[in-house]
Amino acid sequence: MTLIRAGLTLLFLLTTLSSSGAAEADLRGIIAKFATVTDFSETGAVVQELTATGDSAVERPLAALADGNLYIRTADSMVFVGKEGDEGVQLFDPLSGEAAGEASEDDITKITVNNTLRRAIRDALGTLTLGSKDPTVRIAAADTMFKTPDAANIEPLDAAIASESVASVKALLEQARGASILVSDKPDADKLAAIALIGARGDRNAVSLLTSVEANASGAVKEAATAAIASINSTLAIWDAGQNIWYGISLGSVLLLAAIGLAITFGVMGVINMAHGEMVMLGAYTTFVVQQVIRTSFPGLFDWSLVIALPLAFLVAALVGLAIERGVIRFLYGRPLETLLATWGVSLILQQAVRSIFGPTNQEVGNPSWMSGSFDIGQLAITWNRLWILVFALTVFGVLLYVMKRTPWGLQMRAVTANRRMAASMGIRTPWVDALTFALGSGIAGIAGVALSQIDNVSPNLGRGYIIDSFMVVVFGGVGNLWGTLVGAFSLGIVNKFLEPYAGAVLGKIVVLVLIILFIQKRPRGLFALKGRAVEA
Amino acid sequence: MRGNFSTITKMFSASVVAAGLLMSAPARAADDTIKVGILHSLSGTMAISETTLKDAMMMLIDEQNAKGGLLGKKLEAVVVDPASNWPLFAEKARELISKDKVAAVFGCWTSVSRKSVLPVFSELDNILFYPVQYEGEESERNVFYTGAAPNQQAIPAVDYLMSKDGGSVKRWVLEGTDYVYPRTTNKILEAYLKSKGVAAEDIMTNYTPFGFSDWQTEVSAIKKFGSAGKKTAVVSTVNGDANVPFYKELGNQGIKAEDIPVMAFSVGEEELAGLDTKPLVGHLAAWNYFESVNTPENKKFISDWHKFIKNNKRTTNDPMEAHYIGFNMWVKAVEKAGTTDPDKVIDAMIGVSVPNLTGGYSTMMPNHHITKPVLIGEIQANGQFETVSKTPGLVMGDEWSDYLPDSKDLISDWRKPLSCGNFNVATGKCGGKGTN
Repeated sequence: MTLIRAGLTLLFLLTTLSSSGAAEADLRGIIAKFATVTDFSETGAVVQELTATGDSAVERPLAALADGNLYIRTADSMVFVGKEGDEGVQLFDPLSGEAAGEASEDDITKITVNNTLRRAIRDALGTLTLGSKDPTVRIAAADTMFKTPDAANIEPLDAAIASESVASVKALLEQARGASILVSDKPDADKLAAIALIGARGDRNAVSLLTSVEANASGAVKEAATAAIASINSTLAIWDAGQNIWYGISLGSVLLLAAIGLAITFGVMGVINMAHGEMVMLGAYTTFVVQQVIRTSFPGLFDWSLVIALPLAFLVAALVGLAIERGVIRFLYGRPLETLLATWGVSLILQQAVRSIFGPTNQEVGNPSWMSGSFDIGQLAITWNRLWILVFALTVFGVLLYVMKRTPWGLQMRAVTANRRMAASMGIRTPWVDALTFALGSGIAGIAGVALSQIDNVSPNLGRGYIIDSFMVVVFGGVGNLWGTLVGAFSLGIVNKFLEPYAGAVLGKIVVLVLIILFIQKRPRGLFALKGRAVEA
Repeated sequence: MRGNFSTITKMFSASVVAAGLLMSAPARAADDTIKVGILHSLSGTMAISETTLKDAMMMLIDEQNAKGGLLGKKLEAVVVDPASNWPLFAEKARELISKDKVAAVFGCWTSVSRKSVLPVFSELDNILFYPVQYEGEESERNVFYTGAAPNQQAIPAVDYLMSKDGGSVKRWVLEGTDYVYPRTTNKILEAYLKSKGVAAEDIMTNYTPFGFSDWQTEVSAIKKFGSAGKKTAVVSTVNGDANVPFYKELGNQGIKAEDIPVMAFSVGEEELAGLDTKPLVGHLAAWNYFESVNTPENKKFISDWHKFIKNNKRTTNDPMEAHYIGFNMWVKAVEKAGTTDPDKVIDAMIGVSVPNLTGGYSTMMPNHHITKPVLIGEIQANGQFETVSKTPGLVMGDEWSDYLPDSKDLISDWRKPLSCGNFNVATGKCGGKGTN
C-alpha cells in the first residue's frame, strides 16, 4: 500500500516536473532572444512573445526589464536579473530568481527600454497578475486594464470577478470589464450598462475613457457617454474648488513656515533682517549634512533623518543668528536703513560661504518614505509631504505662541518690545533678551529650512526665493502679531491659488502684490496692528 | 520697497564683485601669453549653472597649455564675475576687451545676458562664444553660437514624441518659465505643431515665474489636460531652480512617464544631481550631448574633468561640451589665421571642423552656428540619461526659424561678399526684420 502510494507520488512528481521543465525551457529560449535584440521594436517583439505564453513565470523577467534591471552577460550572452550593489551587480536567474553570482558593470550590458516598451510591459503584466494573491497587485492590475481597455480582456476579467472575494477589488474589476466592453463589439445594451458603471466611478480616468468612446460611438451609446461626461464634470468642478482651497492652505503653510521666524525678528524686534532667508537655507543644508552622515553610516535611520535634523538645524541657525546679533545688529538698533544694508551684506556672505563649501549646484535631500506619494480623498489627491508640512507649520506656530505667552522668557521678550527702558528698570537684561530673541527667530527659520528642503531646491539661492514672500506675509498680517502672520500666510496662500488657474502664475502673483499694496494704503499696520517698539520707531 | 531692494542688490553685488576681482586680479601678463576671457557668473542665481562652465574652461585652457599653448605662446585665463546681473555683464565684457585685451571671450548663459553684451562685442570687435541652447532669431558677426538653435533641440524632440517610438503624442502642454527663451521656443513649437495638423485646443501653454516653487496647481492642470482620451505629453522649457520642485511635484502626484511624459530642454545631468530620480524614470530631455554617451572622446573628457575638479561625482553636461567644441574651434581658427586678431579669426572660423564628444565632427557654418547630432534621452534611476533616439546625421543650426512669419524669409551668411546676419531672401536686402 505504502509502496504503491510512494510510486504514484513519484510518477506524479515526474510528470509535473517534466511538463514544467518543457515550458521552462521554452521560456528560457524566448528570454535568450533578448541577447540579440538591436533596437526597441525587436525588444518589443520578444516581450510580446513572452506574454503570449500566458505563463505567470514571465512576470519576474518582464518586471525587471521594465525597471531596467535585466542584463546580458557579455561573455556567454546569458540573460540575468541584476541588482546593483556596492561593488558590481548581483545577478539572479530570470525565472527562478536564484542568485547567480556577481559581475562588474563592465562585464554586463543592460537591456534598454523606453516609455512605449514600459507601457506595453505594464499592460501585459496587468493581465498576468490578475490572479495574484496580493490584493494591491490585483488592484494595480485592474487599474491598468481600465486605462488600456481591450476586448480580449473581458474573458480573463469575468473569471477574475467570479473568484474575487474582496468587494472593493471586485468593483474595480467590474469597471475594468465595463471599459473593455465599451471597446468591444458587444450589443448596445451591454455598453449602456458599462457607461452607467463607469459614470459612477466619477474620476478623470473615467472622463478620459468616455471621451474616446463618445468620439467613436453613435446613437444611444454616444448620448449616454455625453451625459455621463457632463455629470462627472459637474461633480469634478466642485472637487476642483476643494482642491484649490487645499492647495491654498498648503501654500499658506509654506509661507507661514518661511515667515514665522521673521515674525519674531522683524515683527517683534523690528529688525529688518534681510539674512532671514539664509537662515532657512542653513537649516536645509543642515538637513543635507545629516542625511549624508546617515546615508554613509546609519542607512537604517534614513526615515528618521528629518526628526534628527530638526534640533540640529535649530541650533545651527540660532547660533549663526546669535553671532549676527552680537556682531552686527546690536550696534545698529534704531537705524533701520543701516540694519537693512548690513543684514543684506551678511546674507551675501552666507550665500557665498555655502557656495564655497558645498559648491554652487543643488544638493540632493531625499524624502523619507512617509513623506512620499499621495492619497485620495474622493477626487482630491493630497500629497503626504504637503500634509506633513502643514501639520509641522501649525505645530511650530503653536509652540512659538506658547513660548511667547506662557513662559517667563516670552514675558521678558514682550516687555522689552513694549517698553525697553521700563523693562530695563525692572532688572531685565535687555541686550541678552534681544540676542536670544534674535537667535530664536533665526532658529525657527532654520527648522523651516528642514521642511522646505523637502519641496524645494537645496542650493545657496534657497533663501532668496522666500525673503520677499516672508516680508509680505508679516507686513500684511500686522507687524508684531503672531496671529496676524498665521492669518496673513493662509489668506495670501488661498488667494494666490484661487487666482492661479484663471490668471496664470505670473499674473496671479502680480495681482496679489497689487492687492497688498492697496491694502497697506488702507491699513498701514496690517491686519492686526500692535503697539510696540516697532511702532514707536 | 522692491525698488530699494534691487538698487541695494546692485550696489552690494557690485562691491562684492569688486572685492572678488581685487583678490583674483591676474598678474601683469607678459607679451608671450594670449589672454582668454571667461565671462560666467560665479555668484548670484546663475552661479549654479555657470560656475561649472568657468571650471570647464579653466580645464580646457590648462590642457591646451600642457600641449604647448597656442602659436608658441601660453594661454592665460582672465576670469571675471558678472554676478548674475545683466548690466554688469556688459561692463565686465568691456573691461575684458579694453583693459585686459583678451583675444576671445567664452561666456554668458541666459539670453538676456547675451543681449546685454552684444553691443559691446560689435563696438570693440571681439569674439564671444555662447555655449547654451537658445531661442534663435539672432546671428551676430562677433558671436559664435555653440549651443543648440531651436531646430537642433526643440523640433527633433517634438518629432520624437509624435513618432511611434515616442508614443504618438496628440495633445501638448507647453510649460515654461516666463522669459524670452521659453516664449520664443513655444511660439516656434506652436507654429510647428499646427503645421503638423495639431488643433489649437490640443495645445495648452502656461508660464510660471523664475524660481517658482509651488507647482501643485500647474501639475494638476496637466493631469486634467491629459485626461481627454488622447496621448498627452509636456514640453518643458522650465528653467534652472524651478525644475526640482516641478519634478518633485510630478513624482508625488504620480504622473508617470508612461502616461504623460515630460520632455525638458533645460534639464541636464547637473539639475538632476539635486533630485531623487527614481520616480522620474522615463521622463525625457533633448540635448546634443549626454554624459552617458559611450565614446572614447567622452570617456577621456569625463576622466579629465574628474581629475581637474578633484571630485568623481561631478557630472558633465551639454553646455560643457559646447565650450569644448567652441574652444577647440577657436584654437584651430587661430592656428589657421596665424594670429589672434579677432577680425581675421572671425573669417577663419567658418568651415572649421573639430571632433565633438558624441563620436562625430562639428563644423562652424557661415551663419555662426554649428552642426550637431540631436539626442533624446530618458532619465534613469541613477540620475543619468540614456539615449533612446539619435538623429541619423548632423543637424545644422538654423538661426532664423522657418516657422515664424517674421523670420522665415531671413538667412544669415557671414562669408564675403554677403556678410549679413539677416538677409531677406524675399526682398533681396540685408536688414530684414526679426522678432527680437
